[in-house]
Order: sequence, then structure tokens, then C-alpha cells
Amino acid sequence: MLETIQMEYYLILSAVLFTIGTIGVLTRRNAIIIFMSLELMLNAVNLSLVAFSSYYGDSAGQIFVFFIMALAAAEAAVGLAIILSLFRLKKTVYVDEVNIFKW
Amino acid sequence: MEDLLFYLFAFVVIGSASVVVLSKNIMYSAFSLLFTFFGVAGLYVLLFADFVALTQIMVYIGGILVLIIFGVLLTTKITGVDIKSGTTGKVQLITASVVVVIIAISLILLFTNVEWVNQEFVQPNTTIDSIGFAFMTKYLLPFEIAAVLLLIALVGATLIARRK
Repeated sequence: MLETIQMEYYLILSAVLFTIGTIGVLTRRNAIIIFMSLELMLNAVNLSLVAFSSYYGDSAGQIFVFFIMALAAAEAAVGLAIILSLFRLKKTVYVDEVNIFKW
Repeated sequence: MEDLLFYLFAFVVIGSASVVVLSKNIMYSAFSLLFTFFGVAGLYVLLFADFVALTQIMVYIGGILVLIIFGVLLTTKITGVDIKSGTTGKVQLITASVVVVIIAISLILLFTNVEWVNQEFVQPNTTIDSIGFAFMTKYLLPFEIAAVLLLIALVGATLIARRK
């Protein structure tokens, strides 16, 4: 069981997923897509934590994953509330059109 | 069999994550995020982390994805043409690709070059026992703090999003 798939495979997959999320955060303008890319990055970190936890037989990694999930849920609620009130104020969700702090 | 499933889930995760990031239509992004979350949950099952996989499906798909789709529907004009979502200009694209390539290369080099202590993969019957004991003994204070944080986030989100 599982002797062919090494832990490194999961770690590399997690690195690739994190990189895809970074591409989204850096190149997209829509705040909601940036948000989804952030969730991708969080998932990548969770995947590497679970891989470490399973291959070392220590459940502490999975405990951290639960805390990250709780934080992600809180972040989703607050972030989408901010995006919603931003849309109500400026009628846009494109981050480069929101420059009220820039002068 | 396990390798085949691993490669299948890896393909699903990377393919749908690329669609999330590169798609022009924001609804396609939101729906392919569903497949990414399911793929990651499948990988958790392959790693024998059953409870984490269930929580992934409940929290991410049942909670966060629904919130995101509500966000999309409330902030874009479905009847207009505004459901498309643009990318940034060329300068930002070049800078972003340089940054991303650096991050990817350093992460993969790090993960492949470190000599991880190789242990036998222990196959637990269920992880719920150990997770529950750890939450109620060693990690009790962080557990309670996370609960308070969720309450604060809920109240704050309602306060920010409500109509004045």
C-alpha cells in the first residue's frame, strides 16, 4: 500500500497548486477571482500538512488543517462582506478601479 | 491502483485550478473551484485522513463555495455583459510570471532536496479518535479561541454587509 507514491509527490502537487493560486492573485483584476485563488493557496498548504501528518503518523498536522479551515471560513465571510459593501459603494469589483487611497 | 487514483486526482486538481485562474467567465471559475475542492478531498482520502476529507467537503463546498457563488451573483450584473472578468496589463503579467516561476522553482527544489526522514506509512483505522482527544486535551485553548474567532467573524461580516 502506498509504497510507490512517495510523500514528495504530494508536496510537489501542493507546490504546483500554490503556484497556480499565486498566478491568480497576481494577474486577475476581479476581487472574487482573487478570493478564489486565495482559497486555492490555502488548500495547497492544507494538502502538504495532511501529507506530512499521514506519512509521519502524527495527527498534529490534521489539527492544524482544522484551524486553517476555521480561519478560511471566517476569512470568506468577512472578505465577501467587504467585497459586497465595496460593490455597493463603487459599483465595481475590479481591484484596479478602487483607488480611493491613491492620490 | 493507488498510483492511478493519485494521478487522476492530481490531474483533476491541477486542471480545474487552472480553469479557476485562467477562465474569462467568473461563473466557470466558481464551478471549477468545486472540482478542485473535490479533488483535494479525494487526495485526503488517499492519505487516510477521512475526517479531514469530510470536513473539506462540508466546509469548503457546503460553506465557502456557496458564499462565493452568492458573492458572484450579488456583485455582477447577470443581464449585462459584466460577467466577464479581465486580467491586468502586460507589465504586471511579465512581473507576475517572473515572481511565480521563482516561487515554483524554489518550492519544488526545497521539497525534493530536503532529506525527509523516511518512515513506514502507518495505516490508521480511523483518525477521529486521535483528533478528538487532541482537540479536547492538548489543543483545547486554540479550539476555544477558534470558536470565539468564528463568532466575531460572523458578527463582523453581518455588520459590514448590511444595508445602512
